[in-house]
Amino acid sequence: MANFSVVGHSVARKDANPKVTGRALHVGNIEMPGMLHVAVLRCPYPHARIARIEKSKAEALSGVAVVLTGAEIAKMPGIDPHFGPAFRDQPILAVEKACHVGDPVVAVAAVDKRTAEDALQLVEIDYDPLPAVYNVLDAVKEQSPLVHEQHRPAKAFADLAHVQAGQRSNICYHFKLRVGDVDKAFAEADRVFEDQFSSPPAQHVPMEPHVTLAYLDEHERVNIWTASQSPSYVRTEISATFGIPMHRIRVRVPYLGGGYGAKLYAKLEPLVTLLALITRKPVRYALTREEEFLTVTKHGVVTKIKTALKNGAITARKCEVYWDTGAYAEIGPRIGHKSGYTSAGPYRIPNVWIDSYCVYTNKVPAGAFRGFGVPQVIWAYDSQTDMIARALGADPVEFRLQPMLDEGEAFATGTLVKSFGIRQATRQAAQAIEWSKPRAAQSGTKFRGKGIAAGVKAVLTPSISGAIVILNADGTANVLSSTVEMGQGSETTMSQIVAEELGIAADQVHIVQPDTDVTPYDTITAGSRSTYHMGNAVRMAAAKVKAALCEVVASKLEVDPDDLAAGKGRIYVRGIEERGMTVGEIFLAKFGSLGTTLAAEAVCQPTASHMDPETGQSEKCTEYWFPSATAAEVEVDTETGQVKVLQLFCVGDTGTAINPSHCEQQLQGAALMHLGLTMFEEMVFEEGQLLNGSLLDYQIASIKDMPEAIRPIVVQVPHEDGPFGAKGAGETGALTVAPAIANAIHDAVGVRIRDLPITAEKVLRALAEKNS
Amino acid sequence: MQREITLRVNQWDQTLSIDDADTLLEVLRDRLKLWSVRESCGVGACGTCTVLLDGKPVSSCFLLAARAAGHEVTTLESLVDGETLHPIQQAFVEHRALQCAYCTPGFVLSVKALLEENANPSDDEIRDYLAGNLCRCAGYAEILRAVRAAQEKLRA
Repeated sequence: MANFSVVGHSVARKDANPKVTGRALHVGNIEMPGMLHVAVLRCPYPHARIARIEKSKAEALSGVAVVLTGAEIAKMPGIDPHFGPAFRDQPILAVEKACHVGDPVVAVAAVDKRTAEDALQLVEIDYDPLPAVYNVLDAVKEQSPLVHEQHRPAKAFADLAHVQAGQRSNICYHFKLRVGDVDKAFAEADRVFEDQFSSPPAQHVPMEPHVTLAYLDEHERVNIWTASQSPSYVRTEISATFGIPMHRIRVRVPYLGGGYGAKLYAKLEPLVTLLALITRKPVRYALTREEEFLTVTKHGVVTKIKTALKNGAITARKCEVYWDTGAYAEIGPRIGHKSGYTSAGPYRIPNVWIDSYCVYTNKVPAGAFRGFGVPQVIWAYDSQTDMIARALGADPVEFRLQPMLDEGEAFATGTLVKSFGIRQATRQAAQAIEWSKPRAAQSGTKFRGKGIAAGVKAVLTPSISGAIVILNADGTANVLSSTVEMGQGSETTMSQIVAEELGIAADQVHIVQPDTDVTPYDTITAGSRSTYHMGNAVRMAAAKVKAALCEVVASKLEVDPDDLAAGKGRIYVRGIEERGMTVGEIFLAKFGSLGTTLAAEAVCQPTASHMDPETGQSEKCTEYWFPSATAAEVEVDTETGQVKVLQLFCVGDTGTAINPSHCEQQLQGAALMHLGLTMFEEMVFEEGQLLNGSLLDYQIASIKDMPEAIRPIVVQVPHEDGPFGAKGAGETGALTVAPAIANAIHDAVGVRIRDLPITAEKVLRALAEKNS
Repeated sequence: MQREITLRVNQWDQTLSIDDADTLLEVLRDRLKLWSVRESCGVGACGTCTVLLDGKPVSSCFLLAARAAGHEVTTLESLVDGETLHPIQQAFVEHRALQCAYCTPGFVLSVKALLEENANPSDDEIRDYLAGNLCRCAGYAEILRAVRAAQEKLRA
């Protein structure tokens, strides 16, 4: 690997000081004169027609500025009462009917939060409950109640252009992949394995709940401060919803207190903007934790997976994946597509059949969640691969490695894989946990076991990142980028890339926070895409600036621009460091002044080739892949069913690690977060009612859940088109945690858990069943 | 009911007219603009809104402001001396014990209380003490290392 001066070093976090002193700006710290606060009345039924709303008493309460209903919004000229990234199906406030418990029905803006809440008590609503559907497998049946009568595509993203309008079905999106002759392979198989796996809905629990502030500035422009992972999209959505020209909308995002997918696309922004337009006052809405649980979830998923074996090798795999997207499609269709096509695994399988269905139910809407659906499909395919290996008496690691795709081989989509360090990741995981070391004999009531899991995610393609690099006359630089700093360290990473290209230090670069008035378009800060896409954009923009500097130096010193290099704030003749010019000297030569700047813009826009809608075949379905592997050692108490994770090794191929420490933190943080999702996190619904929607009842991993031994392992298989060979790291550690633990439990006590989370009760029941 | 109370916050006496229903969190944020104090769960379960009351960590979302009258309230704002970070803050920076950092003020204050109570805690004692502070980025290993480093710094 080339020797870099800034890239590849664990440069200190740029945002450490403001964060450790508590001074980091968050939307909740922004106050404006006359600012109003919002409270929302939510539907108590899973599916109900709104028969009557009586709000005059609430309107009469002192301090109340407005009491708003969906029926009123529907009558406002020029406003689309529905929004959404895939389908415009989500109402700003429920119009005729509400589709899940917690669906917003009436909003109040008032002088303070308590007055707004008091006003809600004075609103009377009559509902007519409607038949509802809660289970994804019930919702796909023909006789099921319909959540929506029709589906209206949003056309907001290029990769969702193929999403079609539909009606009379709860299935809003169906992805198909067909390779070879699956029926024939099953007919000729020696053995067939058929299993069903499930993952429950779960909540992101960002420590900072959603919060949005909107106001009209002195030009009557809409200004929005919002805790969002997608400022560019918010501007597009507000423009489309209210018919406001894009230059009259400004969206700004300061530091985020965590996102994990919860803060993507539009959430509170349409409602808060509308309230600001109506009241002509600044309006801020901060969700309570209880509302957070009613706003967005991780997709609950049921996967049916059937695999054929012939002469010890996998010859066919058939996957049916059912994504419970709740009452509104949100980004479910993209997840059903991008994760759906990976659901047979990173293996050489000649015959593959995949049906991936995105399905409406009367539950809280499901959206993106760190891993974007891939942890749910790996839970099924890696668990089953482990079961097959053990049933055949094969070594589970060797059984996985044998059919794993090598560089240049075709994925199930027909796309040839590259920068695909899946074997390296699997081997490193096995080595870390001393897989080949003979197991000691065990007795008593506590048994130890080891498990390995491996899988892969593909990056969202196509998507777009634009950036502008502005070089100052003193050799420092400002970077305009819409990537949101939400803890992943993007400010530091982007600074390192720009510094490397311009030959300056990382602390000489300032990253301007997302502001749609000044920072160019970026699809989303999500999906482990920023280091590659925004990294390429800032690198290319910096390279353009450098080229302009080199042009001046080449003409002054009468040398070829190709012989010049950048370093220590100077442009010099390669090999003769003293022969060169400082940035200041170059500016004086070019502009005759130090009072100017040199700027360049660049856009990174990887493309995908057409995917056949009947077969899922595409010459290029993705720009790059994230191979992941996890090794776990557990101890199972056979008297209580309790499982203790003793060791956890989180391995990911990140491409070149721009900042190795940050890559390690992302791998380990994602894994530890998913340890909670594996062992205890579940949003429990009964007849559409959420039973555990608060942090008193819903547990996430604390420091006490961290295994005694936990270690991230960064595999670096460079990508030829990544910035300095980088890919991404945000989700990789999340992908394979659950099956690694389930596989280890089977190794320890011989029982197989198919439904997450792996509670002590489930383990105990499985043990009882095995012994009976 | 409105009442007047005197709150001693970061060594300053503040006389405020408050409502009986006001939580300490609401008074510290909405009235005194101490933005390091942040609401997250609202039920005293996550530690994000931790402040010190007479040196002991409490969830300010779960304590009525009136109850804090007559006690010494400490928020993260008081830890920095000019430009110099507190040794615990230095340790958090050096060990990268923060990511989104929404939870960081609560963690730093809990660690301060821990090390004042017990200058030489075991790993299990640290885990027990910090179990009520949640970090969804799950940077717990780095936080554990930062506690160890802070302990060394404070001893020196």
